[in-house]
Amino acid sequence: MNLTLKIWRQNGSSDRGRMVTYEVQDVSPDMSFLEMLDVLNERLTLEGDDPVAFDHDCREGICGMCGMVINGVAHGEQRATTTCQLHMRHFEDGATVTIEPWRAAPFPVVKDLVVDRSSFDRIIQAGGFISVPAGSAPDAHAVPVPKDDADAAFDAATCIGCGACVAACPNGSASLFTAAKITHLGLLPQGQPERAARAKAMVEQMDAEGFGGCTNTGECTAVCPKGIPLDAIARMNADYLKTASK
Amino acid sequence: MDRAPAAPVRRRPRGFYGSSNGKKAVMAVTGAVLVLFLVGHMLGNLKVFLGADSFNHYAEWLRTVGSPALPNRTLLTIAEIGLTVAVVLHMWSAVSLARRAAKARPVKYAARVKPQAGGYATRTMRYGGVIILLFVIWHLLDLTFGVVNPKGGEAMPYDRVVAGFAPDRWWVTVFYVVALAMVGLHLRHGMWSALQTLGLAHRYKALKTASTVISAVLVAGFVAVPLAVMIGVVK
Repeated sequence: MNLTLKIWRQNGSSDRGRMVTYEVQDVSPDMSFLEMLDVLNERLTLEGDDPVAFDHDCREGICGMCGMVINGVAHGEQRATTTCQLHMRHFEDGATVTIEPWRAAPFPVVKDLVVDRSSFDRIIQAGGFISVPAGSAPDAHAVPVPKDDADAAFDAATCIGCGACVAACPNGSASLFTAAKITHLGLLPQGQPERAARAKAMVEQMDAEGFGGCTNTGECTAVCPKGIPLDAIARMNADYLKTASK
Repeated sequence: MDRAPAAPVRRRPRGFYGSSNGKKAVMAVTGAVLVLFLVGHMLGNLKVFLGADSFNHYAEWLRTVGSPALPNRTLLTIAEIGLTVAVVLHMWSAVSLARRAAKARPVKYAARVKPQAGGYATRTMRYGGVIILLFVIWHLLDLTFGVVNPKGGEAMPYDRVVAGFAPDRWWVTVFYVVALAMVGLHLRHGMWSALQTLGLAHRYKALKTASTVISAVLVAGFVAVPLAVMIGVVK
């Protein structure tokens, strides 16, 4: 396959940045999207050009490092798929593909397609944890957890923090990410003591980072590679309102 | 390669209304108040089909309800103040959240963003809200104050309705129908969205269906009156 790529190039955070067009030849349909970019980068390196910077790590769809907006859709149009697990067979030969970084003020561009997602870390630091006194590990059956709760908590915990929800949201909201963490911890007995304080602190941090508010468009859950459902946000809202009314 | 810039220093939003969730909750509650008003308003309107006396009597009742225990217009004035407060808070929160959203994405995408969740109604909320506001202003000037009504503000309510939507003023009816369609879209997303914001949403499919059905019934009830007058069923 041959493709025309329009890629956002930005040499550092102070650069204005621009879209640059590249032609890529002989792309195998079995390549992943990142492997296709590797092919481009190999050529750029050999030609003495600056390779396109993009984040990636496990390339197995479980680490949350990769992510780019492909033809206007976070992680591309393939549902429940990270960019590294997106394969070139979903593209047509001769197609033009636009590749951009996540766009959000709290995700400043570091270089090209790489954005700084430290704002997510600060949301987690604000309350996405449980305070457990150090000591020997309790027996696994010491704290009973209903199976349904365990399953729902696990579903929420599959969030890999990639940031696609923010990238897809017309408001640049981090609600799905924050809600996934609040749901994951709030459903389990270990998360109860800090449940109210957690929702308040994490929502406040989300606002302080400059993320927008949720308008329930559902774009986040549609692009989420882990399919985190919208009811996580309802849960976050309920927890937040409970705290606020105290 | 440059280092990533430090997180921009922002004023930390304070208090319940300072948070995005707080503003959303205010929008949800004020929106619910307005929906309840719309239900009552629509049912009242339908009295136009029971004849001039029934309709005029209903309009009179709105002014005298509670009398003689309360002076005339007491409950009506309370309702009017309540609705005005609800509208102002709803809009204030919406503008504030929209500005926050605009700041959260200073650089737009170059590619045309393809909505992945459907939701046409969802994307009409902001500009649709502005259209609804303009409509409400016209509507009050037309049928409440009579400024733009051929019969003026002194005529009986039924006569104002019949004159306002007269066949030769078909463009007024068209404007009402378009604006009410906007109201319908606004409510279709707004009603289930309010429950989601208040943390009460479960079973989304049923919720969204209920939102759509209630919106459709409201719009049909409202549109029936101007259309009936225009085609001469009510005269």
